[in-house]
Amino acid sequence: MSFVFYVLAALSVAGALAAVLLKNTVHCALAVTIAFAGIALLFLQLDAQFAGFAQILIYIGAVAILVVFAILLTRGSETPKGTVYSHFPLVGLLTAAAIFAVLGWAVLSSAPMLPNESAPPTVAVIDIGNALMGRYVLPLEIVALLLTAALIGAVIVAMHEKAGAQ
Amino acid sequence: MNAATNPLIGYLLVAALLFAIGLAGALTRRNAILVLIGIELMLNAANLNLIAFWRYGPHPEALTGMMFAIFSIAVAAAEAAVGLGLVISIHRHAHTTDLDAMNRMKG
Repeated sequence: MSFVFYVLAALSVAGALAAVLLKNTVHCALAVTIAFAGIALLFLQLDAQFAGFAQILIYIGAVAILVVFAILLTRGSETPKGTVYSHFPLVGLLTAAAIFAVLGWAVLSSAPMLPNESAPPTVAVIDIGNALMGRYVLPLEIVALLLTAALIGAVIVAMHEKAGAQ
Repeated sequence: MNAATNPLIGYLLVAALLFAIGLAGALTRRNAILVLIGIELMLNAANLNLIAFWRYGPHPEALTGMMFAIFSIAVAAAEAAVGLGLVISIHRHAHTTDLDAMNRMKG
C-alpha cells in the first residue's frame, strides 16, 4: 500500500463523514464533493483514467451542482434549529455498523483468495470506445434511453403543474 | 496475506467504510437531499469496488468491471436528477424537505 492511497482514502472517508455529520446542508454538499473528488483520485490511482475523469465530470461537475441547486431551491441553506437526525438514529447507525462489520469480515476472511495482479492494465480510451461500440452497444443504447427518460421525467416532475397556481 | 501485500484489500475496506457511512447518512438524516447524498455515496463505494476488482482481477483487458462502473455512474446520474426533481416537487407541495413530516401519500 502506498502513502498516496492512505491520503486519498482518508480524504474520501473524511469527506463522507463530514457530509453525513455536518448540520448545514450546504456544508454537507461541499463535503460530499470532497468525498467524490477523493474517490475520483482513487480511480486514477487504480489506473482507471477514463472512470476517474468521468467521475470528476459527472459527480463533481454535475451531481454536486445539482445538489446545491436543489438545496437552494428548497431553501435548505439555513442551518436547522433542532436536530438534523430522524426519530430513531440509533437504529440506522446500528444497521450501518452491522453492514460494515459483515463487509469487513467478508473481505478479511477471503483475503487469501482475492486476485492480486501487480502489472497495471494497459487499456487506452480507444479500447473503451471500441468496447462501448461493439460488445456493450446494447447497454449503451439502454443507458441512452434511460438518460433521456430521466431528463424528461425530472423536468416534468420538477416543473410547475399550472402556471400561476401558487 | 494482509493489506501490505495485496492492495485490493485496502480498497475493498475503504469501499465498505464509505458504503456504511452513506447508509448511515441515508438512514439517519431528516433532510431528503441528504438522504440522496447518502445514496450517492453508497453507489460510489460500489463503483470503487468494481474498479478495484477490474484493476487487480485476472483479465483487465476485457474491461468488464470498468464498463460496469461507467454504466453505474450513468444510472446514478439519472437517479440523482430524478430524485432531486422529486424533492423539489415535494417541497412545492408540502413546503418541507423533512422526511419525518412527509407522512401522506396524497398531496
